[in-house]
Amino acid sequence: MKDGSGFWTQALTIARRDLMIESRGGEVFGVVLPFAAVAVFVVPLATDALATRLDQLALPVFWLVGLLFGMQVALRQTGTENLAQRRTLALLGIDPAARFAGRSLAAAVLTTGVMVVIAPLVVLFYDPDVIPAVGPSLLAIVGFSVGLSMLSTLAGDVTVGLRTRSSLAPLIVAPISVPLIIGASQTLEALIRDRSTMAPALLLTVTVLSLAVTGVLTAPALEDATT
Amino acid sequence: MTSALVSLRGVGVRFGPTPVLTGIDLDLASGEAIGITGPNGAGKSTLLNVISTLLTPTEGSVAVFGGPVRRRDLPQVRRRIGMSGHEPGLYPELTLLENLTLVERLTGEVHMSAMQVLEVVGLAGAAHRRASAASAGMQRRIDLGRLIMTRPQLILLDEAQAGLDSTARDIVDRLIHRTCDAGGGAVVVSHDRSVLTRSLERIVEVQAGGVS
Repeated sequence: MKDGSGFWTQALTIARRDLMIESRGGEVFGVVLPFAAVAVFVVPLATDALATRLDQLALPVFWLVGLLFGMQVALRQTGTENLAQRRTLALLGIDPAARFAGRSLAAAVLTTGVMVVIAPLVVLFYDPDVIPAVGPSLLAIVGFSVGLSMLSTLAGDVTVGLRTRSSLAPLIVAPISVPLIIGASQTLEALIRDRSTMAPALLLTVTVLSLAVTGVLTAPALEDATT
Repeated sequence: MTSALVSLRGVGVRFGPTPVLTGIDLDLASGEAIGITGPNGAGKSTLLNVISTLLTPTEGSVAVFGGPVRRRDLPQVRRRIGMSGHEPGLYPELTLLENLTLVERLTGEVHMSAMQVLEVVGLAGAAHRRASAASAGMQRRIDLGRLIMTRPQLILLDEAQAGLDSTARDIVDRLIHRTCDAGGGAVVVSHDRSVLTRSLERIVEVQAGGVS
């Protein structure tokens, strides 16, 4: 008999479980992603492409679509466990913080995936003058996805079992995602304008770390409340 | 400190203004298996949830494995408790084998591999069938398989024998006997008293939120 598994083993196992479920159900890449792609096309199709400076809309559209559909991905992802499944995990002695980390990680992978797919579509349809370096841009996208996923996991756990969950959870996510979107979008903007990324990157990092600490500290109480 | 596996003193549970359990005193000794019966809505499942540590009573005290349960000890205490309830809590998108492998990876404390457990519960041939395509009886067997795999010291069965065939009921009986022989205990809940007479030392009746 082995000793109980550690925090990261539990977190990675939970994340793997969620990704396996997603790969079988295909909800994110089969349902959410096509709609996100359509949302990217809407602005060029709905405006006079010759009169409108579409290149200036590239980043706002990217973050808008990223926020709306990333939130969809994360909330769908975190709202799929039923009471019996949550109780089973609790009685297996799974660290609630590891469960939070695992669920957030899986949602972050999927949200990043959606944003990485829509990024070239935005470049293709909006033809921005300057494309920021891939490495730092990816870091900003990952930071945003991780933050949004943790926030959505928290909102999903706070509203679990409520009949108003589908409307209440986005209302919790929307205001708190503001520093995330400002931090990530301004980091990318600073990269394009060749300015210092220090301030927006710091805002993004502090917001992500605050969400991580909040998620870990509140995980036991939220588990008690939802099992 | 007490040597009882479970000790409830004056336990009461209210859901809002509605009292569900009142003044429950109950002990489960090491090596003992007890049944809890009563009509629908009497509070049997609520009582089991209190024993499992999933529900904190609004009054009274609960001691599990000889002492009160503190928040920071919950994961360790819960690892020693196994519960099979109305719903098996499987992931329908995963196969039966994957559902058990998940337990193996998450706990790291298994006594049998997932495949061995599938053989014990008679589902080795359906290992790669998705849980959503498995019958209710097969899902219940997988739920029991989790208990076989982790060998908890305290097993709590909430109507777990409902809908099981005789082979699966034998699995439940063996599970109860093995747990009690190893110094653990079992609490079996059923509204059907006849189900409880097979392998239990005593039967407690819950009525109108109290025990008799």
